[in-house]
Amino acid sequence: MTDVPLQHDLGGSQRFRCTAVEPDDDAPPTGFDKRVDAVRSVLREAGLFTVDEMRLNIERLHETDYFGLTYYEKWLRSIAAVMVAKGVVTWEDLS
Amino acid sequence: MAGQPTPESLDLLEKLVAALIRRGITSEAAIAAKIASTDRASPETGARMVARAWVDPAYRALLLRDGSAAAEAMGVTMAGQPPLGVLEDTEALHHLVVCTLCSCYPRAVIGYPPHWYKSAAYRARAVREPRAVLAEFGTVLPAGMQVRVVDSTADFRWMVLPARPAGTEGWDEARLAAIVQRDHLVGVSLPHAA
Repeated sequence: MTDVPLQHDLGGSQRFRCTAVEPDDDAPPTGFDKRVDAVRSVLREAGLFTVDEMRLNIERLHETDYFGLTYYEKWLRSIAAVMVAKGVVTWEDLS
Repeated sequence: MAGQPTPESLDLLEKLVAALIRRGITSEAAIAAKIASTDRASPETGARMVARAWVDPAYRALLLRDGSAAAEAMGVTMAGQPPLGVLEDTEALHHLVVCTLCSCYPRAVIGYPPHWYKSAAYRARAVREPRAVLAEFGTVLPAGMQVRVVDSTADFRWMVLPARPAGTEGWDEARLAAIVQRDHLVGVSLPHAA
């Protein structure tokens, strides 16, 4: 065990202690964002994707991706990883 | 993080959607219907819940006891959503909602979360120095008011019931709902009679 928090466990993190919150960072979701959210929702209702599967596969992204990808890009990576792991789609479909 | 997706991400999404459609799991029509339904969720729903709670003690009791049932009573479908809890502000206590682990947010009653709610800075600092974060939203609480920070999770979502502002005596529900905004429901700012 380590006492260093996992990358997603940001509560109280010193790393962002001096980063201001930007109340103006409030752009509406893009078409891409809405489409990813809709696919997630469709898959959840089909019983193919749970919130915990989504969370786990976002939390385990490489640090570069976790802090570098946009929010819904991370969702998409998670959805794709779970769909491939479950055999719903194949890597060939996605590459 | 805000911003535009990369071309690789756009390509991945279209390949994923095409594969799901080929396998009969979804359709463009189903995706479009889902987007339309999500677009209908907005902070106006949460605002109507707050305004009703301010004028109707029975609804207020329901809201604080079972936020999901109170949302359903407003015509919102909560099926498939985690339970909704509602935190009651008073003259002595202010609530602030964060999701330190991810971005959990009661979308059914407030709509899409703003980017700052999902930012590393908000998630890291809201629990450590809430008054400093509130100040960045222009919110300065009266001296002596306690701040309670509540962490939303994948399994339970929170919304704030702000205190009814002074100067709204005699207002009807619609007029009250019009002064309640998204940020009040998260707790980063306070409604005012205006």
